[in-house]
Amino acid sequence: MAERLKGTRILLESLKKEGVDTIFGLPGGAVIEIYDELFDMDFHHILVRHEQAAAHAADGYARASGKVGVVLVTSGPGATNTVTGIASAYMDSVPIVVFTGQVPTYLIGNDAFQEVDMVGITRPITKHNFLVKDVNDLARIVKEAFYIARTGRPGPVVVDLPKDVLAEWAEFDYDRVEMKLPGYKPNVKGHIGQIKKAVNKIFEARRPVLYIGGGVISSNASEEIRELARLLHIPVTSTLMALGAYPGDDPLFLGMLGMHGTFRANMAVTESDLLIAVGARFDDRVTGDVNQFAPQAEIIHIDIDPASISKNVQVDIPIVGDVKIVVRDMLKIIKDIIQKKPEKLEQYHKDLEPWHESIERWKETYPLAYRRDGKTVKPQFVIETLYKITKGENIIITTEVGQNQMWAAQYFLAKYPRTFITSGGLGAMGYGFPAAIGAQVARPDATVVDIAGDGSIQMNIQELATAVQYHLPVKIFILNNKFLGMVRQWQELFYDRKYSYTCEEVQPDFVKLAEAYGAKGFIVDREEMVEPVILEVLQERDKPVVVEFLIEREENVFPMVPAGGALNKMLLV
Amino acid sequence: MAKSIEKRKKSGTEDAWWPRPVRGGECVEAGEERHIISVLVLNEFGVLTRVAGLFSGRGYNIESLSVAETANPEISRMTIVTTGEAAVIEQIIKHLRKLIPVLKVVDVTDKPHVERELLLLKVRATEENKNEIFRLVDIFRARIIDVSPNSYVIELTGDPDKLNVFIDLFRNMGLLEVARTGIVSLQRGRVTLKEYDPKKEV
Repeated sequence: MAERLKGTRILLESLKKEGVDTIFGLPGGAVIEIYDELFDMDFHHILVRHEQAAAHAADGYARASGKVGVVLVTSGPGATNTVTGIASAYMDSVPIVVFTGQVPTYLIGNDAFQEVDMVGITRPITKHNFLVKDVNDLARIVKEAFYIARTGRPGPVVVDLPKDVLAEWAEFDYDRVEMKLPGYKPNVKGHIGQIKKAVNKIFEARRPVLYIGGGVISSNASEEIRELARLLHIPVTSTLMALGAYPGDDPLFLGMLGMHGTFRANMAVTESDLLIAVGARFDDRVTGDVNQFAPQAEIIHIDIDPASISKNVQVDIPIVGDVKIVVRDMLKIIKDIIQKKPEKLEQYHKDLEPWHESIERWKETYPLAYRRDGKTVKPQFVIETLYKITKGENIIITTEVGQNQMWAAQYFLAKYPRTFITSGGLGAMGYGFPAAIGAQVARPDATVVDIAGDGSIQMNIQELATAVQYHLPVKIFILNNKFLGMVRQWQELFYDRKYSYTCEEVQPDFVKLAEAYGAKGFIVDREEMVEPVILEVLQERDKPVVVEFLIEREENVFPMVPAGGALNKMLLV
Repeated sequence: MAKSIEKRKKSGTEDAWWPRPVRGGECVEAGEERHIISVLVLNEFGVLTRVAGLFSGRGYNIESLSVAETANPEISRMTIVTTGEAAVIEQIIKHLRKLIPVLKVVDVTDKPHVERELLLLKVRATEENKNEIFRLVDIFRARIIDVSPNSYVIELTGDPDKLNVFIDLFRNMGLLEVARTGIVSLQRGRVTLKEYDPKKEV
């Protein structure tokens, strides 16, 4: 039933129809009327303290829940502050819709107060964006924005809302609104001939590796990947983005590959004769030198985005489609083959035995390792202890960016999809804490821990107020080495130990800072304190907790493939 | 072309870089190909920026780009001439297809097609060169479309090569100004880019 509503109301009613119940935002002049309407409606609005955090929080919310994250901010600076968050969501293909206020249409182009060309600014970092020029288009644009954000290769969509357009009235009947997207038809079903070809290749392979990426999580295909790997005994390596998509403690799991990947994962990729890339995009941090990446392997690449295929590495069998649907079809074909010839599976398992032996040897030669002296707090020990205590159950890890992120990726063996949340593509410091807030809002039952560094945590530390206000018991583990650690590591290894401006000599007292915000603070400076403090902190259910671990200052992340190097040429200690 | 200049500086030897001329008179680096891509887009606000921004943001070359409404006013047709290695051209096409307002992308380069460009050329007209101008206009089947006391504007259509030659002939004859449209192109025969009518879609 059509009814006549004001634009602000149309916007919010459309959100309701899209199933939105949570909005991350911060009001301002251009959106004051939307907020006026919001006051009387039943939304869970999280008031952030900086708009960048709204975008990261919506991103964390989307990743933890599988739903579309929603941001509402004002024009000008409110809008530009979201840019880093939008860019991060774009690089990591996270579905968020960002509503930005805009000056009235008659002032656009006049350099009006708090005016900025948000559609122009965000064009290269959004999947698509809209400027609403007519209230009669509003509902359709909202519908299109959500549809574009969540389908195909997901991504952020910006909707710019001029103040006068939302003050006008129009007919509203969301269910009957038709989208006008003739040029947008994501291809979800893979070409069956290609899938058959891929299956044949898999059965011919003797050293296959499954290389899974964030697409496995976006398309909720973890179960299918597990089934495929376990049925055929194919070892699995994961990108940073896919951690948790395959259980980290599974015997077939090789760990992460790439610059800080495990020795066995990088060796396995280098020696493999068939690489099955699933929802991954051959990022430079994964491949190192592309000419020496998987040099002996034929490559099958399953991806929803045709532009990802053969972008960095030439692919032999491309399959464009939704990972879940393609892998299901693949499994069906494989099972048919096995049903007809059960001995084929047995034979295949036998054929792969030497391959598993090699992998086992690599694992024994150089397992992930670090030295402990019993006193100094080692960052790896902190993560390992957290994992040991929680076993990866009912916990979501978010990370900042840098060494903290890599140690978390290496030592926290995430078990379930949507439980390891990190800014992978953009590598935005300041991501982890607001993302943890978003994840905690999405999963109030779960323990949410942000693994942070002393540098990155200060980029969105103001959100402690948000977490306190909404009783979000996010745990922040600051691995404090008083350095911008990853840059320092590069300076140590490749720039002759010239620590050019990476030393953070002045820092706040993080415990007092937490307390000043009304949160709890702990400091840990000896190894023996690590476990008891973590145990205590995990009990907190009401407030955010900051734990400052004073770690070994010059600890490095190893293994390491120097940028642009071959994957099998790793620095190990 | 900025990319090529950078490459020349890096390699140090001009020979290694030296571009080979191709049809159209533009310079193309070794290994690179010139492609004509026809694109149908929704005729909406900002669509040109999206396409142009894709090229600049990802470092692709645009040699020429022409755009105007089709017979269906809701749809515009772009003809983009670009250069790049085969893999780059493939990426360009894939990325164009990813843009939401883009309906259809076809690389017509290797398909039978016609291509045309329009040139307007202004030349100083004097007693001495008038006859020569008339002669060239006649030979090239061009037309003089504006006559002023001491200048003419000449209109010429053809493939870019013909236009280049024509311009060159006027360089020492009082050439004042040139405006070109960039290429437009259609495939030969019955083949069309399937025109999409959004009104028909339910």
